Amino acid sequence: MNGRTVRIGSGAGTSDDRMTPALELAERGEIDYLVFECLAERTVARENLARSRDPGKGYSPSLHERMRMMLPVCIEKRIRIVSNMGAANPIGGARAARREVQELGLGDIPVAVVLGDDVSALVRSRPELTLLENGEPLESLLPRLVSANAYLGADVICEALATGAPIVLTGRVADPSLFLAPMMHEFGWSYDDLPRIAQGTAAGHLLECTASVSGGCFGWPGKKDVPDMARLGYPFADVRSDGSIRIGKTPDSGGRVDVMTCTEQQIYEIHDPTNYITPDCVLDITRIRFTQEAKDRVRVEGAMARPRTDMYKVTVGYTDGYIGEGEVSYGGIDAVARAKWAADIVKERLRLRGFTYEDFRVDLIGISSLHGDTGDRPEPYEVRLRMAGRTPDRRAAHALGFEVRAMHLNGPGGAGGACEPRIRDVLAVKSLLLPRELVKPQVVVEGSL
Amino acid sequence: MSLRVYDLAHSRTGDKGNTSNISVICYHEEDWEFLQRELTPERVMEAFRHIARGPVRRYELRNLKAFNFVIENALGGGVTVSLAQDIHGKSLCSVMLGIELPDRGRTAAPKE
Repeated sequence: MNGRTVRIGSGAGTSDDRMTPALELAERGEIDYLVFECLAERTVARENLARSRDPGKGYSPSLHERMRMMLPVCIEKRIRIVSNMGAANPIGGARAARREVQELGLGDIPVAVVLGDDVSALVRSRPELTLLENGEPLESLLPRLVSANAYLGADVICEALATGAPIVLTGRVADPSLFLAPMMHEFGWSYDDLPRIAQGTAAGHLLECTASVSGGCFGWPGKKDVPDMARLGYPFADVRSDGSIRIGKTPDSGGRVDVMTCTEQQIYEIHDPTNYITPDCVLDITRIRFTQEAKDRVRVEGAMARPRTDMYKVTVGYTDGYIGEGEVSYGGIDAVARAKWAADIVKERLRLRGFTYEDFRVDLIGISSLHGDTGDRPEPYEVRLRMAGRTPDRRAAHALGFEVRAMHLNGPGGAGGACEPRIRDVLAVKSLLLPRELVKPQVVVEGSL
Repeated sequence: MSLRVYDLAHSRTGDKGNTSNISVICYHEEDWEFLQRELTPERVMEAFRHIARGPVRRYELRNLKAFNFVIENALGGGVTVSLAQDIHGKSLCSVMLGIELPDRGRTAAPKE
């Protein structure tokens, strides 16, 4: 039993992630579990809106295509799928997944569903809760509240795995918990096994962004070369009951897994490295070590943890007006001067039309759009003017892109390639903490076991 | 060309709300103490003043020959409301790598 290794693969780090590398991992990676992490900060809020328009929707729209592609090989090889693609409607997602199974002629398989992350009713009755970002009471956002979801932990996912269902679907859970849960399930780890929980959480953090630990978000020409980058292989962790972890990737794929890629990903999105709070533990990576054991194989040791806190972190989503956006290009002689003139004209035009904006931004793409205006950058040959504004008024948002596009006929000479006016709904998020005992995670099974 | 962080370290940016975290990871162990001395939070804040309000905190990860810089008020109010093109600030690691350091040759510092 001690020598048994469980291999957990990472098949998605966002709902828009590539699908074929996950398929290759399932086909050739000899994995036992395949985890799809598909929820960004505001995804659940967006999907909650989708569900309010159609009660059958609200799970990740990528679920259908992903399941159709992965299910045949996963069912054949008995690879269990764990995913947060349930988003704002895990039950709806489970039903959709079961339909896909049936349509593929793979029979009738049950899906275990994790519920309880949706705490919107609970927080609505507690307007005095404090928002972590600004210390203000939740009350100010309540009229515009779209969603409130607690980041659930591995314990309830582990419970879902214990049902034996081949697929586990969740809504909002912490990303590393998706990976830790199969380890706890396989080896019977409890939250008291802090060194193992720490190792599993660190491994989950390494895996949760797929290729970001195997050469993606990493390559740098001449400095950090990555082989065969168009065929990046997705990663897996080999886990043993003592908490030992090795990171690897699909055989015969592009990319690299080494101490450098693991180090970049381990620190990614961590603030205080002694105090990374998940629902499962408080992780400390200040003693973690990576060792290259073989090509594309890294041993992870030394993760530490303190016990989990008695709070769940909750993300609240709320509508916050619109962002309007427009772009137009200038090239050659006086390109920058003409772009700046156009920006002034658009601003004046919007003022004349009586529109105001909570936040407004002018970018010169090629000079200042990514890293701000230092005032001393050389002028490029061509420049693209981009203007964006946030406003509660949808007409004001549209006018912005409209007036930028109007620079074709009404602005400085030689304006080219304006985009159509762009408008998007703003779904903003803030955070709060809820005492653990108020949240009731639970598991239900769709279909018969 | 003067010495830059780029010559000694690699870097990745992460985001949480309106906060950016940028790792600085030495290629060579021997360079860690030099960066500890020279790549101060003040120097980093200066490089980011066109982008972020700050403050900047620096965490040391000696075990990974790395540092983690946490820069507050860096992402235009946060990923979900930002007007920026790069709402996550993923490109900000390039600013870190471009920071110039006092010259001491491009090779690793001699061991003391």
